[in-house]
Amino acid sequence: MALVWPARLLGLGAVVAVLALLPRTLEDFTNAYASDLAFVAIYFTALLGLSILTGYSGQISLGHGAFMAIGGYTTAILMSEQGLRLAGHTFSSDLRDVYTIPIAGVVAGLAGLLFGLPALRLTGLYLALATFAVAVALPQVLRRFETLTGGGTGIQLFGLPQLSGLGVEVNVFGRTLPFNDWLYYLCWSIALALLVAAWLLLRGRLGRALRAVRDSEVAAASSGVSLARYKTLAFAISAFYAGVAGSLFAIATTFVNPDVFPITLSIFLVIGAAIGGYGSLLPLLAGALFVQYVRNLGDDAADAGRLPGPVAEFLARPGGRDLVFGATLIVAMFLLPNGIGGLLRRAAEPLTSRLYTRAS
Amino acid sequence: MADLLQQIVSGLASGGIYASLALALVLIYRATRVVNFGQGEMAMFTTFVAWSLANHLPYWAAFALTLVIAFAGGAALELLLIRPIRDAPVLTVVTVTIGVLIGLNGLARLIWGNEPRQLESPFSTEPVRIGGVAFSLQDLGTIAVSLAIVAVLWLFFQRTKVGLGLRAAALNPSASRLVGVRVGAMLALGWGLAAVLGAVAGLMAAPALGSFDQNMMQPILLYAFAAAILGGIDSPLGAVVGGLGLGVIVNLLGTYVDVVGAELRLPVALLIILVVLLVRPAGLFGREAVRRV
Repeated sequence: MALVWPARLLGLGAVVAVLALLPRTLEDFTNAYASDLAFVAIYFTALLGLSILTGYSGQISLGHGAFMAIGGYTTAILMSEQGLRLAGHTFSSDLRDVYTIPIAGVVAGLAGLLFGLPALRLTGLYLALATFAVAVALPQVLRRFETLTGGGTGIQLFGLPQLSGLGVEVNVFGRTLPFNDWLYYLCWSIALALLVAAWLLLRGRLGRALRAVRDSEVAAASSGVSLARYKTLAFAISAFYAGVAGSLFAIATTFVNPDVFPITLSIFLVIGAAIGGYGSLLPLLAGALFVQYVRNLGDDAADAGRLPGPVAEFLARPGGRDLVFGATLIVAMFLLPNGIGGLLRRAAEPLTSRLYTRAS
Repeated sequence: MADLLQQIVSGLASGGIYASLALALVLIYRATRVVNFGQGEMAMFTTFVAWSLANHLPYWAAFALTLVIAFAGGAALELLLIRPIRDAPVLTVVTVTIGVLIGLNGLARLIWGNEPRQLESPFSTEPVRIGGVAFSLQDLGTIAVSLAIVAVLWLFFQRTKVGLGLRAAALNPSASRLVGVRVGAMLALGWGLAAVLGAVAGLMAAPALGSFDQNMMQPILLYAFAAAILGGIDSPLGAVVGGLGLGVIVNLLGTYVDVVGAELRLPVALLIILVVLLVRPAGLFGREAVRRV
């Protein structure tokens, strides 16, 4: 355990270095990469929340897309003219609207707290399916409450429908950036800040209490850990992360409607967390990359001609991409049953314990 | 009154489909403690197989052959994909079944293309009159087939030695192995039987839907999840009662309560289940898990 912090800081430093270099080294970064990489940061943020809930407190959620939707709609309503007109302004090409991101996180966090209370009665599978139910039902509910959510049409965040993000410039700290570059820096700053926050948050008392609850509720309770308090707290923190991710998701897509947060989004988060490893934080980056790039394999790459002809042709056929994604997911689970994080943890263990314990 | 009766029968028909798929989920859950997210797509795939077979064979021959293929496919999935990772964390296994969901959907579209298909109903669409009320023969046939397959399975589980072995293997694998039950074979058998139940659900759902495509089973899987949870995920009786009850409740709510209408059926059904779960956290017929620490 002594090496955890140096390893973490080294990993974080490497990630920051790569992220800083990418815009300078990749050709046509703004149009070809910035937006995709921003989505990686968004998934990463949501996965951090899911990993805190499932990996630390042992509560399974198959419906984290619902909390993302709550965050996304909060931002959309606060930002758009169609919304509550609270702030009374449209997209202003500067950083002012960023204030809605923490609000979205807090609103989602409160929703998580409210959901966490009844969830206390449910364990394991029943909780998983209850969260799943919420995520399935939410799009229909959003469609129904039109006055606030815009119904099936949803809400345009930045006023004009034709404003797709490309070509729009944003003023930040006296510099002018293309929208996509701004998105890239915004999403990654928030994602990495929340990563460090999670490290600090889970370092001491809270992390220990949550792990105790996960490993044995009875033992935790008899050691004076309040189950109700820590389990709902985990739900609230986790939903806060998902809400921030949803808010960024709404900004990145520039609009929200019920189809932006489908049940498949929740499923993809479960996939990403499994690839990264539940209970891991930094390795979730691998899960976020998997969800963004393996799922869309051949989508852009085929156009760019980066894949060999027959492969691109197969991926373009109906169902081809899904077949490859499903098969890759199964193979990944076979090779890494505990995700990338589990692999790294094993590699960091002393040789003796690797020799004398059974592969898990 | 006549209208109400018709709606109840129509609800029971969709309920029978939910019940079959819910029972498949329960079978797999009892055997391997895994919620099989691929169950719906397995059913969809076998429905497409049946569609291909029905082009060359009479309906009931295609039906029977499909069930055999479904059994083999389900058992093969257990052997190839689930058994190698049986010691992995539950979430890993669940993720693999999500991989099965996505992969099978892709494979079916690769083989059969995107266009919707029709599978003719084995039952005539003529209504029958019983006591002055007209019922759809297709609804009655769906109910009969679903209940028949459930009854056959129940007899198999309760009255045969293999069925006893299946129940024993699900309840206590290590003790069963000690008394000579081949637990591995039982798990594969359980997956095969679950696939057969799913195939029946798919075959009954296809004509009821009119035309079907590769996404046909996704809403049905959600109802089946709901039904299994409502009844208690480890209770076969609960799955059947939950499925039939859910079918009727959803149909009645959608027909008679204006606010619900067609599009809020599923959310309302899920809301009911959430409320039931809060009162009875292990479902209506499920047993509370009591563990020694």
